Amino acid sequence: MFCKCAARASRALRPAHPRCGVLTLPALSNTVSGSGTFWSRWTCKRESSNSAWNSKVPQAPTWEPIAENQLPPPDLVDKLERLALVDFGSKEGVDCLEKAIRFADQLHVINTDGVEPTDSVLEDRELYLRDDMVTEGECAEELLQLAKHTVEEYFVAPPGNIPLPKREERSAMLKHSEF
Amino acid sequence: MSASSAAFRPAAAMLGLSIREVSQALRDGRVSATELCRKCIDQIQRTHYLNAFITITGETAMEQAQSADNRIRTGKPLGPLDGIPFSVKDNFCTENIETTCASNMLKGYVPPFSATVVQKLLDQGAVLVGKTNLDEFAMGAGSTDGVFGPVRNPWSYTTLYREQSTEDLDSDWAIAGGSSGGSAAAVASLSSFLALGSDTGGSTRNPGSLCGVVALKPTYGLLSRHGLIPLVNSMDVPGIMTRSVHDAATVLRILQGPDERDSTTVQAPSTPPSLPEHFDIRDICVGIPKEYHAPGLSTDTLAQWSRVAAMFEQAGARVQEVSLPHTQHSIVCYHVLCCCEVASNMARFDGLEYGHRSTVDSSTDAMYTTTRHEGFNNVVRRRILSGNYFLLKSNYERYFVKAQQMRRLIAEDFKNVFRSGIDVLLTPTTLSDAARYSDFIQEDNRTRSAQEDVFTQPVNMAGLPAVTVPTALSRRGLPISLQLIGQTLQDWKLLTVAHWMEQQVNFPLIHLHGDSNERKLDRSVRERTPTIGS
Repeated sequence: MFCKCAARASRALRPAHPRCGVLTLPALSNTVSGSGTFWSRWTCKRESSNSAWNSKVPQAPTWEPIAENQLPPPDLVDKLERLALVDFGSKEGVDCLEKAIRFADQLHVINTDGVEPTDSVLEDRELYLRDDMVTEGECAEELLQLAKHTVEEYFVAPPGNIPLPKREERSAMLKHSEF
Repeated sequence: MSASSAAFRPAAAMLGLSIREVSQALRDGRVSATELCRKCIDQIQRTHYLNAFITITGETAMEQAQSADNRIRTGKPLGPLDGIPFSVKDNFCTENIETTCASNMLKGYVPPFSATVVQKLLDQGAVLVGKTNLDEFAMGAGSTDGVFGPVRNPWSYTTLYREQSTEDLDSDWAIAGGSSGGSAAAVASLSSFLALGSDTGGSTRNPGSLCGVVALKPTYGLLSRHGLIPLVNSMDVPGIMTRSVHDAATVLRILQGPDERDSTTVQAPSTPPSLPEHFDIRDICVGIPKEYHAPGLSTDTLAQWSRVAAMFEQAGARVQEVSLPHTQHSIVCYHVLCCCEVASNMARFDGLEYGHRSTVDSSTDAMYTTTRHEGFNNVVRRRILSGNYFLLKSNYERYFVKAQQMRRLIAEDFKNVFRSGIDVLLTPTTLSDAARYSDFIQEDNRTRSAQEDVFTQPVNMAGLPAVTVPTALSRRGLPISLQLIGQTLQDWKLLTVAHWMEQQVNFPLIHLHGDSNERKLDRSVRERTPTIGS
């Protein structure tokens, strides 16, 4: 019995739909009212059985809800596929990108005026520079062995400077090339 | 487990020893390195259903073990790791051993060199038994999205778990966590004494937590990334998984230090030969960041967090609530920076120089596109596309630079707290114990990563050291662990505190259902096991 109650409690703390760190207001109120009474009942039971209950640890979630930004992405599907040389695959893939962008839009809630961007956590350190001397190499043969098409000491590539075919042709090409 | 009790253990129980204990057993001649290697490989085969390994290096392992025996027999072991079986996540290059990153893109790829951290272990005489399974290209929090299939949590196969499980075990098993799930499962199921993972947003600590092993993410720059196939260059760190904090410290000491081949490595601070024997916890101030009670934190995990905080306080340490105000937004910042660096790092996979190459040859772009379509799974492709979106000229300032600014704020949060006199922070590692696989896959990889990485990725953003230590079993019989976060380059102090904590909580050894010694020991272990319900 105790097992199932606790399981229900932990499920109630998670909003039903994908949370992604964003709590839409309806979901949050479900969480609070859905588990509120249950939560304090369970806590009381624990308190009486464990006299060393520590008060430094917050007993309830401390996050503030953030409303989702309804920003539809511009029609960049083709442009992104060309830049990345990776295909979306399906409508699901495009939906995933939309969700990823909406998730990322939460960044704009925080004020970062005057804050320097961080490139590396090692920015305060002097990095070691070694002497400008050749210490290793001569491994052309080993490296060439890793490639599928080589001729003498060259990697062989198909002809360049030919733009990718249009989207419809690309889809056909990719379907054809299925593993 | 004292050295004297180790002497009387049956042979089968050798696998459950710590590195310190088994290393002593090797030197005393109670077991040979070849016997130990054989036992580990047998254990891997016995637990094959966990799917923790992609490649088992049986032959080379036995050769390495033989060399170790020769050295140990003549009284000249190379160090504490000589003859010790270990495994490595399959995104570390290993010379002449296939390295796949659990991806079609690198199936059949055999590197001509070994990663620095792997070579350092081999140079110490450690015995490599295999390459472990992961999420494809280390992207994920469940080890469910690799081409070789998901990794299963060994704790799903204990009598304890099976007793409270109402369904057929084949549909009820729990995930191992990710992305270094295979490494965690290998150490947890006793088929290795140590495993290497990688940690970009929690990929070593998350599976370490769910599989009940000690998992250390060292300070960024302390361990060389040369040979670790990169995900996010500014956050990636090789991770160390063992069954005790003392073992993790032993390994850290061997692996840390600058590497000419990785320009982001730093000088390691001078480190004593082992963790201090006598340590006064009253000297330590533990911070409890209130923002780490995030929505979705399970009641069992909250109870453990409270229990251990109380433990510190009762022993005389100062324990105080602190605030890391930007915690809630850290996951979004991580998501953007991760996608951007991934888009850049994955650009090298074009089929020309290594890895998979498609048969299309009408043009370079057509060949690249089909190669990447065939080689990468959905998860990888979607992260690349998101990254490219954030890096578009029109988006660069608003997303990438903005995220970099946020990163500074997150790192500053930690700096401020440590400046105020806090020595270490105590937080949960994951929201709950391991989810059932059937539940976990109800949401997509990005959603799950965003949920599961909540407590682990801020540490990568700030480059700090962190370690997860298992503290108890949940009411489902699965491990619950807590995370300690330390100051930059104070990994040794962090481990000292973690060692103290480990000794107080007395986490049980695993007993897989059907182990020959399980029936005898099982009852006594279960009576002693500190679970939540008791």
